[in-house]
Amino acid sequence: MPGAAPPSANPLPAAAGVGYKAQHFAAITDDPGAVSWLEIHAENYMGDGGRPLAQLRHLSERFPISVHGVGLSIGGAGPLDPDHLDRLKHLLGWLKPASFSEHLAWSTHDSTFLNDLLPLPLTDATLMRVCEHIDQVQDFLGRKMLLENPASYLTFDDSTWAEPEFLGEIARRTGCGMLLDVNNVFVSATNLGFSARGYIDAYPVEKVGEIHLGGHGVDMDDLGARVLIDNHGHAVGDPVWSLLDYTLGATGPQPVLIEWDNDVPDWATLQGEAARASAALARVRR
Amino acid sequence: MNKLQDIFTAALLNPDLPAPGGLRDGGAQPAGRRFDIYRNNVAVSLTEALRIGFPVITKLIGQQNMDGLAGIFLRAHPPSSPILMQYGARFPDFLAQTPQLAHLGYLPDIARLDLAIRRSYHAGDAPPIVPDILAETPPEVLMAATITLAPAVQLVRSDWPIHDIWRFNTDDTAAKPRPGGQDILITRPDFDPLPQLLPPGGAIWIGGLIDGLTIGAAHDAALAKAPDYDLGTTLALLLAGGALTSLNRQRIGP
Repeated sequence: MPGAAPPSANPLPAAAGVGYKAQHFAAITDDPGAVSWLEIHAENYMGDGGRPLAQLRHLSERFPISVHGVGLSIGGAGPLDPDHLDRLKHLLGWLKPASFSEHLAWSTHDSTFLNDLLPLPLTDATLMRVCEHIDQVQDFLGRKMLLENPASYLTFDDSTWAEPEFLGEIARRTGCGMLLDVNNVFVSATNLGFSARGYIDAYPVEKVGEIHLGGHGVDMDDLGARVLIDNHGHAVGDPVWSLLDYTLGATGPQPVLIEWDNDVPDWATLQGEAARASAALARVRR
Repeated sequence: MNKLQDIFTAALLNPDLPAPGGLRDGGAQPAGRRFDIYRNNVAVSLTEALRIGFPVITKLIGQQNMDGLAGIFLRAHPPSSPILMQYGARFPDFLAQTPQLAHLGYLPDIARLDLAIRRSYHAGDAPPIVPDILAETPPEVLMAATITLAPAVQLVRSDWPIHDIWRFNTDDTAAKPRPGGQDILITRPDFDPLPQLLPPGGAIWIGGLIDGLTIGAAHDAALAKAPDYDLGTTLALLLAGGALTSLNRQRIGP
């Protein structure tokens, strides 16, 4: 494997974490509750200074931090943006986070950034491109990354791979780890009509380094069918909590993150979600 | 792969184009409206970024109008970088070129002010000099010195009363705007950018300092445009805002 990045010296704890929101800054340090670690979106901390970086520096002295990129466009047909790689390297260099992760998706084409995690046909050509990019990222950053499974709303006629096997092959070829988003599995399974538990059964569970949980919204497509939208704007749904239990049974205890990015609730509510994740971890430890 | 992403990108930014071919929903039917989920994500998230990035413009024209303008802008000028805190640099010019807004001539400068406040917020940190250094420096040495300003310092000059308009839209107790041009200095005393009204000539003096003129030469330039320019008032604003990061004395003699 190129880069031969060793596992991080300071990995995330197999405990509950939350996506950090600036409005919770004071509450987090006063009363972390079940929250043992924090995740940030890399792109929000690529300014030169000021409050965002000062707060992050402060939090990083107290909590393990996971840096989650949303703008690298690893599934992009074109080359990775060298400026963005530099910015990532700078952030990871001073922050020294416990983990770095990105998505199986694309978001930039030519020089247009579309600000969404866009879908990829699961073909041999995509596999090669994504693996080249992950090799480049891990080489350049000098560390192993985790790759997250997408929330899907549609499929491509051209796809020749099933997603869990596709991800497993990426992990095998590049040595990257997996960020398993259990809500995304549930959303995709509902939208595309496959078994969520079957997906977990076929997934490279031994490569998992982090689990994501989030809330989804419900919409309707043109045929009147229910479509779930991965909007991170709600509490985690009950079927997703059950799928977490099933997943943890296969992966063992893992760092579990609550993502709540839109209509962000008060700290007590978010803490309640973290406590529920913590309880799920306690059950699997028994 | 490249061709597919070409087609996707065009269709995401243009709702009049059909969804790309070869996509299916879960029941093996053509994907149809499911492609619109991505279209919607792109438009909604970028509209929100612009709304957050231009709060005073949003207040002035109302959220509905802002969202409408953002929808046009984001399709004409989508971001060229994933750093959305920098998105919208072309929005002031876009407002200036939108015929329906011609009667609100001050909007582009207010958008520049929103941008400048945002840039100041994210600018690099730099420790200010101890103000005593100025008092301890002989006047002739001071006038021959140059000054380095903090990265958070921003200057916005306008033919419109932008400071009054800004205050009227951010402070309930502020008086109605008066006619006439105003210049604004933004400093960042701690983490919150502080826009303040500059006296006539103040922007010329600070602009001169930014361009590397000595304190004296910048002062002469300010006096040429504003004969009763008082350097002390503007200097006090800079000092209070922690905006002076170094005083660079010229070496005198061989």
